[in-house]
Amino acid sequence: MVSKTQVAPKKTVLVTGAAGALAMRVIARLNGRYNVIAVDFRHKVETDAGIPSYLVELHKRGFEDVFAEHTIDAVIHIGRVFAHEKTRMQRYNANVLGTRRLLELCRKYKVKQVIIHSTYFVYGASAYNPALLEEDAPLKASEVTQDLVDSVEVESLANIYLWKHPELNITILRPCNVLGPGVRNTMSILLGRRLAPVLIGFSPMMQFLHVDDMADAMILAFVANKPGIYNVAPDDYVPYQEAVRQCGCRRLPIPSIPPVLPKAISGALNWNAFFPPYLINYFKYPVIIDGQLFQRTFGWRPHRNLNDIFSYYRKQKLAAVIQQ
Amino acid sequence: MFNIGKFDWRQRAWKHLVTPEIEQLVADIPKPVGSFGYDPWGYNEDRFKIALGAAKWLYDHYFRVVVHGLENIPAQGRLLIVGNHSGQLPMDGVLVGVAAAVNPSGPRLARAMIERFFPTVPWLGNYMNALGCVVGDPANCGKMLDMDEAIIVFPEGVRGSGKPYKKRYQLQRFGNGFMRLAMAHHAPVVPVGVVGCEETMPTLVNAAPLAKLLGLPYVPLTPALLPLPTRVYIRFGKPMQFEQVATEAQVGACVDEVKNEVRQLIEQGLQERTSIF
Repeated sequence: MVSKTQVAPKKTVLVTGAAGALAMRVIARLNGRYNVIAVDFRHKVETDAGIPSYLVELHKRGFEDVFAEHTIDAVIHIGRVFAHEKTRMQRYNANVLGTRRLLELCRKYKVKQVIIHSTYFVYGASAYNPALLEEDAPLKASEVTQDLVDSVEVESLANIYLWKHPELNITILRPCNVLGPGVRNTMSILLGRRLAPVLIGFSPMMQFLHVDDMADAMILAFVANKPGIYNVAPDDYVPYQEAVRQCGCRRLPIPSIPPVLPKAISGALNWNAFFPPYLINYFKYPVIIDGQLFQRTFGWRPHRNLNDIFSYYRKQKLAAVIQQ
Repeated sequence: MFNIGKFDWRQRAWKHLVTPEIEQLVADIPKPVGSFGYDPWGYNEDRFKIALGAAKWLYDHYFRVVVHGLENIPAQGRLLIVGNHSGQLPMDGVLVGVAAAVNPSGPRLARAMIERFFPTVPWLGNYMNALGCVVGDPANCGKMLDMDEAIIVFPEGVRGSGKPYKKRYQLQRFGNGFMRLAMAHHAPVVPVGVVGCEETMPTLVNAAPLAKLLGLPYVPLTPALLPLPTRVYIRFGKPMQFEQVATEAQVGACVDEVKNEVRQLIEQGLQERTSIF
């Protein structure tokens, strides 16, 4: 219940993927200022008092009940099925059809703002990539592999809704590699390991962002409400193999020639969670994005530098050694 | 655990090549890098220092470069250095780069544009990036000019570097791309004429079928296995400024202006030269 003394009623924000490290941080930042609803497809999230939590799949019927029960003002869509979690078909259903259904429901229930968490993977890793890709660069990920088709399609769906339904105020964020405590994406799992595969003779430039800075960026984008597409990345760059060293991993050299070999090795050893065949190109060629537009528009600056990010992974390994 | 004894080639190379003079030059180059010493394209200060140390030795003792007009390279700000290309291997690019980096009136990191197949070659691709080379994409050039960097362009491309000995010092067709960039980003063009590199690898003919088979731009049939120690003359001209024009024909006219300037600089170099070696 909204108390009568309050001038404006609190907005209600639905956050998907609530079990994830990024969403948990976003919810913590929203809590208090907004009414938050947490949704996840993996498990029912344990939340603070006053935050309703649902276990629901976005593309299943039950999802609409959440919209029927609450008056939702804004949606922050973070939840995504990673490639190592389900089959390609299931992933397509959850990510693409789920996002479409989410946007349809937003329209039906007159949601006034949607933030969509995308990824820099959509640009695709190719030898011909110029550095500092801007938001209007072509999305060539589906050229690299079919396993990234869902990421690209989520984007194009969001884009269609962005111009067709301006009342939804859609903001698409494309962050670089997000790392930090609790993050379970491919790169974070990889750098958390003692032994990290590297392609012999290839060490592409990469950008890394601390999950706390990404959460801050999402909140800034949410509060300012300036619809559009934005890369989210710091102006600092490091080659992959250097990042591996800095995170305290030993390097496991993988033959890179002929180009089918690393894919075959990754496939044969079932490295889907941390060095999947479809991401091999991202460990070979750089995808460096230009975060200037986001930084200018929202006045955002990351507070944690590369060393802060890597030191978490170093300490994690040290702690494991001490425990033994 | 894989180290063999105490021999660390990198440290040894560092000791011999990175003299205090090189350290000072690189420190004076106006080039911002990130917290690990890298820029977005993979340029790395430490590797650049070693390579500059080695290239400077070639510049001073092997090619014994005679350079004029270094004062024409501004110490700050965006810049296109445009010159003639020759000699099969891009030694001219290396030497122009060294000339810019050891410039007493303000050292610059002059970045070379490389062919698109380099990033696909293990080690070499990353290594060339670390020295400041970048794939010749207009998007890369535009970004670098906006960040006030200096770029070396050989508008003849492989037409110039791969030409046989009998066509030496005949400028091939210039592409218009560099002029479009200079206009769009208000970058001055500094013309440069390089004399001597044509004779480093005198080539009779290009083995085109073999080149096609290997996926290379050309394979020269040449008696020289390594670049010959010719004496090289480099002449920088006055910076040229161009305003935006409407049609491709007008762009072409501006390109011709630069081409004429480069031709004159080559003429002067040839007159100055008394012997090839």
